[in-house]
This record gives sequence, structure tokens and C-alpha cells, in this order.
Amino acid sequence: MNILASLRTALRALRKNKLRSLLAMLGIVIAVAAVVATVSIGQGAQAKVAAQMASLGSNLLMVVPGSIAAHGVATGAGATQNLTRDDATAIERELTSSVLAIAPINRTSAQVVYGDQNWFTQTIGTTAAYLEVRGWPLAQGEPFGREEDAAAAKVCILGKTVVDKLFPDASHVLGEQIRVKHVPCKVIGILAAKGQSSWGQDQDDIILMPWSTVVRRLVGTQSDAVGQMMVSARSPEQVDDAQREITALLRQRHHQAETAEPDFQIRNLAEMQNAAKENTNTIAVLLGSVALISLIVGAIGIANVMLVSVTERTREIGIRMAVGARGRDVLFQFLTEAVVLASVGGVIGLVLGVGISKWMATKFDWPSLLSPPVMAATMLLAGFAGVVAGFYPALRASRLDPIEALRFE
Amino acid sequence: MNPPVVETRELVKIYRMGDVEVQALRGVSLNIAGGEFMAVMGASGSGKSTFMNLIGCLDKPNKGIYLLNGNDVGRLSRDQLARVRGQQIGFVFQGFNLLARTNALENVELPMLYQGISSRERHQRAGEALARVGLGDRRDHTPAQLSGGQQQRVAIARALVNRPTLLLADEPTGNLDSRTSVEVMGIFQELNEQGLTVLLVTHEADIARHAKRVVVFKDGLVLEDRLVERRRLSREELREEARA
Repeated sequence: MNILASLRTALRALRKNKLRSLLAMLGIVIAVAAVVATVSIGQGAQAKVAAQMASLGSNLLMVVPGSIAAHGVATGAGATQNLTRDDATAIERELTSSVLAIAPINRTSAQVVYGDQNWFTQTIGTTAAYLEVRGWPLAQGEPFGREEDAAAAKVCILGKTVVDKLFPDASHVLGEQIRVKHVPCKVIGILAAKGQSSWGQDQDDIILMPWSTVVRRLVGTQSDAVGQMMVSARSPEQVDDAQREITALLRQRHHQAETAEPDFQIRNLAEMQNAAKENTNTIAVLLGSVALISLIVGAIGIANVMLVSVTERTREIGIRMAVGARGRDVLFQFLTEAVVLASVGGVIGLVLGVGISKWMATKFDWPSLLSPPVMAATMLLAGFAGVVAGFYPALRASRLDPIEALRFE
Repeated sequence: MNPPVVETRELVKIYRMGDVEVQALRGVSLNIAGGEFMAVMGASGSGKSTFMNLIGCLDKPNKGIYLLNGNDVGRLSRDQLARVRGQQIGFVFQGFNLLARTNALENVELPMLYQGISSRERHQRAGEALARVGLGDRRDHTPAQLSGGQQQRVAIARALVNRPTLLLADEPTGNLDSRTSVEVMGIFQELNEQGLTVLLVTHEADIARHAKRVVVFKDGLVLEDRLVERRRLSREELREEARA
């Protein structure tokens, strides 16, 4: 009996018992839908987390002032002012092999005013390197350079949210004068929209100004202390090198012994990214294994139905054998039925799973990532489940004695 | 006389039922020549069904030789026996044994499915076989939509469709009324006249008289082997009945 004929025979047999066939494949339907949906949801969530992480910047290190103990009382991290502009310049100058860019950062909050509009926002004093470190392009205009920093020039770059608040008509923004606190500033650039950070902060609610403009004019201090530094390593592999080299350089500049607790801290954001990725991975693996278990349950369902079907159709098997069916013909027939059940269930499950993942994607606003290899593998697995589930019942059918099978009532 | 289709020598079949051995056949030697129409009779337990199963290649003898068309089939494997059944033997059963919820045409196609015959040829040959038993207009009917006699005719068409050399009919009229029985026996007689060898198992003497030769089994042995006198011919019986 050729494959086409046995396929037709199997379909006919399954159609004769529609409800039972449907119930038998239900397990596989649910399993495949679950696998496809969970894998796609897992990958979507992963992609979203990765995108959020990437919005921080790539290969990122954060250098912040450390805790020092004064008279036995330890202060918290960042409470001291022992990182300076000179430290940043030294890192930039000396560690060119591992460090791509370094941006000193001092923050202050400020009221900003344009015409009859005003807004309260975060002002960041930094250098043009900040845009590079965070991988943040300008939508319009130009960044400020060294001259503006050296001169504490009254210029600023606005985040999207600030633009929306100050310029509701958004007609002409570049070149306008706004007031930041008491300092009139010329808008020379607008940042591209970046959206929310992974912890829900609006990253576009921000103004960038030259470091010295913020420190000297807005804060009004002659101190060279830097709030923090953001460092971008040249490659993911060089993050650790950069961290080690910065540590060594800063220890040396701060005259610290090798054994002393450093008066600064370096936070590795790549580690955070990996941790977040691992979390989503764990969830994906968990969901996936639940789905696989349901595939096994589905296979058991099919095996059960096939066993009942073989018993019920003993006489039919006897007839087929009497008119010339060999054991392997009968084996193949029942195996085909099981595989058809599993495959049809698989296809229905696939459609269902794709639907679910699309719906979830729109609901939770993440990319719906349907991976064809995973879908193909799941379908193969469903077919394989059919073979495994069908084999024992089919074997039993093929080993029936034709005389007894014919006598079966 | 034609060369024998069936040739058995000292066939022995023993069934084990727990610790008890039952000798169903105790050495049966019979020849059935090509074109014969033989009826096997006997009480239940006489061994006639066992004989039938052996001749039909559904079972293997413990001892003895069985030549079908000159080939020793007593030593073949299960799969080889299935091939012999499919190609050389046609079965007609008491309970018709048609596939339920499957139309007449597909039922008749069934034996060809296992001989690798193309679906077009299957269709054509099944249609012809149905026409031959007078059911050319019932191809799409399922067994439930057919009378007993019609179902048995479908079964006969199925038995013929692979052009066997031997037709085995096991109590083919057991589930039919007397008139329909005569009709069915008429089909067998017609087929026999066309050259087909027919082996009929029955316990009804009236039915057996449609054959040309009667063999009576008792306790696993052939008790009697005689030619039928005053053979009944269905064609004439039906004609007389119509006249009455």
C-alpha cells in the first residue's frame, strides 16, 4: 500500500469518528499552541528587555564616587566628590585602547521657560561624548564641542518631551532662546526620541548642556567634582579590560594603595544586561518545559484513543488481513492515523499559537517574534509524538491473528 | 481432469487450549481440481472450519503438505501468506464482513489496495466486479443501506476483484433467507461455470446440493467424498418460482 493510499485510508477512518479524533488531537493542539506562543512571547520579552538595555548604551561602565569612612563613619556611595574632570580627561587620554568614549556627568534639576510655557526637568552637564556613550543620535541640530564646554557657553540640547512641553506648536525650535533657571540658553539641537527606560522613566525628559555651563552657571560652583562618569568600552570583550584599567588609573591618581578600599565604584552595565537576559531566558525555559510536558500528555491522549480504536476495529483489521493486508500494512495504517492526528493537531496548534502570540504582542507592546525554526521543530516534534504514541497500538493491531480478528464481535 | 488447484496430504492441525491438545484435523488428504465446485459439510467441531482456514492461508498446518496451485504454502511466513491470500484466494463470509460506513465501491477496492494497484484501475475494476454481481447501480451505498443479499454480493465482488484462482465461501447463506440464498448460490454457480474453483463450507444439505461434489468431515477426518446427484441449479429454481 503506498503512502497516498494509506493517507487517504487514515483520513477516512478519522473522519468516521470526528468527535473522537478532535478530542484526541486536542492535547497536541494545546501543546503546540503553547510551545509556539510561549517561545514567541519569551523571545519578544527578551527582545524588549534587550532593546531597553541597549537604550542605556552599549558596553557601558558607570564610574561613581565611592564611600569613604570619615572618623569611622562610612558615607554612602556617591556622597563624596572625589571624582574630577581631570580624572575623566586622564581616562580619555590614557586608556584609548579599551575605552571608546567617556562622558563626565553632573545633574541638576531646573525650571525651564519659553514664552508662556514652562517645565521642570533634569539638566545634564556633560560633553559630546555623552551622545556617543549612550548611542543617542540628534534628531536635529548639532552637538556642542570642546569650545562651548571651555567657555561655559549658553547652549542646550533638548529631549523630545521638553520640546513638546515648551514648544507645543513645534514649529521653530532650533536657534530659539529658552531660560534654564536664570540662564538664557540657545537651543542648538534636539535629541531623537528614546522612550521609556526599563524601569519606566521617561528618558526624553532631559536637557543636555556643556558640563561647565551646568556646573559653573546653573549650580554656580568652582569645584571640579564630577557626579559620575559613563564609559563605553570599545567592544563587549573589552568591558572587563576597561574596568580593570580605569580602576588602576584612578587608584594611581587618587594615591590609593592596592589593598585599600577604592574611593570610587565601577558598575558594569553589561552584567546587568546579562542578568536581565538570563531572567527572561529562565522564564522562557520554564514556559517551554511546561509546553513540552503538555506535548507528552497530548501524545498519551493519542495513544489512548488509538488503543481503543484498535480494539474496536479488530474485525476491520481481520477483514483487511483476509483480503491480503500484511502485518506491516496494518502497522502502517494505524501509525499513519496517529501521525495524521498529531500533525493536524500540530497545524491547528500552530495557527492558534501564532494568533495568541500576535495578540499578546499587541497587548503588551513587544515585538512578536515568530521563529520559523522553532515552529518547524515543534511540528516535527508533534509528528514524532504521533509516531511514538501510535507505535504500540499499531504494533498490536499488526500482530492480531486474522482468524480471531475475523471472529471478533 | 484439470490440474489440482488445492492438493493436501495428511494435513494435521492441533490447537492447544491450556493443557489440553485438540486435534482439529487428523490427517486430511484432498485434491480440488481446477473448475471444481466442492461443498464441505460437517457438524460443528468436525474440523471443516479448520480445514477452511488452512486452505484460505489464514492458518498453518502442524503437519502435512498443502500445495496451492502446485506451490507449497504450508511453510510460508505470515507476510507471504498475506500475499497469497491477496492474489490467489477470494473470501466470502457468513457475516459478509464489509467495512461499515464505507460504500460498496470502496469495499470492493480494498483487496487491490494491498497489491499496489493504481487508484484509477482500482476504481474501474471494482466497478466491473460490482456490475458482475448485479450491483452496478449501488456503488455509493454503504452496507447499512443494502439488504443482506446485496451485502453478500458486494462481498463476492470483493472476493473476485483480484482475479483469484480459488473462491472460499464460509457459510455464505447462513444469514440469508432461502430465496436470497438461492440467488447467491446462483452467482457461485455462474462463476464456477466461467471456470472459477469454488470451495463452499456449509452445514445445510440443501445448499450443499448446489455444488458438484460434497465432502463430509467428522472428527477431523474426511468421512465421505461423493459427487452430487440431482444437483440443484439456481437458475432453474428461480425460473420455477417465478412461474409458480
